[in-house]
Amino acid sequence: MFIFTLRRFNLFFFTMLLLTILSFSLSFLFPGEQLVNLTGQINATPEQLAVLANEYQHQAGFITQYFSYVSHLFHGDMGYSMASHLPVATEILNRLPATIELTSVALLVAMFVGIPIGFFAAIYHRKTPDNIILGVAMIGYSVPVFWLGILAILVFSIQLGWLPSAGQISLLFEIEHVTGLQLIDILLSDSPYKWQAFIDATRHLILPVIVVALAPATIFMRLARTAMLEVLETHYIKAAKAKGLTFWQIIYRHAMRNAFIKVIRDVGLQFANLVTIAMVTEVIFSWPGIGRWLIESIYQRDYTAIQGGLIVLSTFIFIVHIIIDFVYAALNPLAREPRHGA
Amino acid sequence: MSYSKFSYFLSLIVFSTLFGCDTNETLLLSEKSIIYCSEGAPESFNPQLVTSGTTIDATSNQLYNRLIEFDPNDNSIIPAIAKSWHVTRDGKMVTFYLRKDVNFHQTAYFIPTRALNADDVLFSFNRMLDPENEYHEVSGGKYPFFQNAQLDDLIESVEKINDHTVRFKLSQPDSSFLANIGGNSAVILSKEYSEHLIELNAMQEIDMFPIGTGPFKFKQYSSGAFIRFEPHSKYWQEQSQLKQLVYDITPRDTGRLTKLLAGECDVIAYPIAHEKIKQHPGLALESVTSFNVGYFGFNTTKPPFDNPLVRKAISYAINKQAILETVYTGQADIANGLIPSSSWAYDDTIESQEYSISKAQSLLAQAGYPDGFVMDLWAMPVQRAYNPDAVTMAKLIQADLQKISIKVDIVSDYEWSTFLRKISEGEHQSVLLGWSADHPDPDNFFSTLLSCVSSVTGSNRTFWCNQDFDQLIQSALQTDNINSRKALYSKALKLINEEVPLIPIAHSKRYQARAHSVNGKLLRSIGGIDFNGVTKN
Repeated sequence: MFIFTLRRFNLFFFTMLLLTILSFSLSFLFPGEQLVNLTGQINATPEQLAVLANEYQHQAGFITQYFSYVSHLFHGDMGYSMASHLPVATEILNRLPATIELTSVALLVAMFVGIPIGFFAAIYHRKTPDNIILGVAMIGYSVPVFWLGILAILVFSIQLGWLPSAGQISLLFEIEHVTGLQLIDILLSDSPYKWQAFIDATRHLILPVIVVALAPATIFMRLARTAMLEVLETHYIKAAKAKGLTFWQIIYRHAMRNAFIKVIRDVGLQFANLVTIAMVTEVIFSWPGIGRWLIESIYQRDYTAIQGGLIVLSTFIFIVHIIIDFVYAALNPLAREPRHGA
Repeated sequence: MSYSKFSYFLSLIVFSTLFGCDTNETLLLSEKSIIYCSEGAPESFNPQLVTSGTTIDATSNQLYNRLIEFDPNDNSIIPAIAKSWHVTRDGKMVTFYLRKDVNFHQTAYFIPTRALNADDVLFSFNRMLDPENEYHEVSGGKYPFFQNAQLDDLIESVEKINDHTVRFKLSQPDSSFLANIGGNSAVILSKEYSEHLIELNAMQEIDMFPIGTGPFKFKQYSSGAFIRFEPHSKYWQEQSQLKQLVYDITPRDTGRLTKLLAGECDVIAYPIAHEKIKQHPGLALESVTSFNVGYFGFNTTKPPFDNPLVRKAISYAINKQAILETVYTGQADIANGLIPSSSWAYDDTIESQEYSISKAQSLLAQAGYPDGFVMDLWAMPVQRAYNPDAVTMAKLIQADLQKISIKVDIVSDYEWSTFLRKISEGEHQSVLLGWSADHPDPDNFFSTLLSCVSSVTGSNRTFWCNQDFDQLIQSALQTDNINSRKALYSKALKLINEEVPLIPIAHSKRYQARAHSVNGKLLRSIGGIDFNGVTKN
């Protein structure tokens, strides 16, 4: 397990190294003054710029400049947004929780819906349920997310009027910003309208979560189906059959758990895909998350925000990836201790 | 924990979350609050500083009161902070007697210790009028409404007679003075708050964290996103039944419509898809004819438009109905005269100009142009409520005038400020322009658009200067008798129809959509929206 952890941290270190180098070089590649791109101080006086140049060791070589940039990053200083003139770190801290909320709920929904359906399809391999599920999965995977989002608004908000189309919660509720995760903040607040706020926030979550979860759910369906089929072909399943266990006993006790492990391994990979979908969805549903903010920053040529957003979003995806790796290792002894399988 | 226990526990949580909560709250918060989806962010929270409709909508009627206000139904002047007023016989002194029970907002940033008195009125007006006032230059020192109406010249001084009496001294009698004092920008601020801010050395906050006397008080503004108001619990009139009033700033018109249909907004500004809203069982579409006019004006100093016969001939050839349907998509009233039908000076005996090509041709022949001529027509390059698409309107007029052999060259490539400068220098032969009134007094149309004085310094772009007309509108300003004023304005309207310095085309309407659960009068023909007295059920 120690080696496993060490490997992950090793990977984390080198990925971060590459990411910061990329982000640092972006400040040179973007049009305009490099120092201004890095700090976002577009209205700085020459004196202020001189101070900044000193702080970022602008006169020294690239390597020194890079290390001074990284040390600023470690102190939580990502410069100022060129559009809003607020610190990029503050902007991100205000918005990242909304994205975490949306993506994690969507990931859970995608897993809890996709994986059982995939198992179900595998159990009925080459029969009607399998064909239907595969067809639906294909359609769900092919539907472009921007179209699906607008369609969902058209049907459920405009035609039926069931669910809200924009934002995280109705503006009527004043919820104090504690963790930034809306649902948790509501539960922590002492507003007399706490439960109404909770229901309202849940209603606001439904459409965006479904839109974000659909494509990953279909991928999980196919992964789960393949994994289950593989497991059902193995010798230990045959042995279990020979022991005289019933079909469903085999599925519950032996097949599901082993197939599940195979799927979990790919969840981390799918998370990056899910965040990309979430960015587009945030724009459609006016979700106040980091994806929407990043896309707006691109429109506004807010280079400092783009660099900061890029680093934070990639780090977020990477951390989730590692967490899922640990979950996988916890579930699967083969992964943490190679000698188990040997 | 076994699976069955766990799932029992889980379902317990879910059910108690979703259903087990509303026992002590009989009404939902959303049933006691209104969300208004507005079209833009306010520039300031003080309407003294701006004339933009968006800012007026967000501030004037909600946060503040004026000395006198306009009746929402007939636009007559009614008491507000001043319970009564008196104008001296020579019309040069106006005394206001203030109510004694008007309280300012108590908010997280200011707690008033006294009720409104004459000092507050003096402060509010002197901030605009007196360049020496310490607040005059805060937030830029520009007070467009007061400066446009030339009130800085008209008002010689504002005096405090006693704690609840103030007197305005005017340089000359002016019967539109009261209408100006009731205008959206003549709000009353708190002097005590201004002193409090001087102590804190935060004077500019007076326009960002407003304190007024209006039915709602400011709670929170998230820049470009929303404004939160709460009812003013010590309001001098009936207190609002609402728990909250929120302006959800939604610049995209499709976004506003979606939010209305999904029930996220109770009221939306400037809706699109009118048919869809009308068909929807839970929604209502309403409109009010605004105090504005879109017109086709002639430069009466340039031939051939120095000849009234030519102008009259053209007025017969314009198909206003077609313009109304195409340019305004039916969202306007045909203008029979300069002023809209909701004004008290409107004369329903004056009919809309007849559309008749044969009459136009014979008049044109009479004027000496049987074969027509070539003219230019300047179309304003921006969209305004009174003219949403001047270029299309110009093309329709071009086609209309083709029928009487007049060839029209459309000029529209100038940028707006250049356009305004060039027409103020009289470079045009004819122009499509318009006017939105600042207050409901009819003088705001007549003097501004057609008087001799405004042809030199103001916005009379026809350069028409008719002594009889000036005489009529001057005498109308010098009398207080509304019937004699009405008669004088009626004569003035007829004179315009004979002389045709301009052809009034349309008075546009302002639309708004709301859910049926919202009750009360919201829209005003002057000064936009007003949530005072609006309820929800």
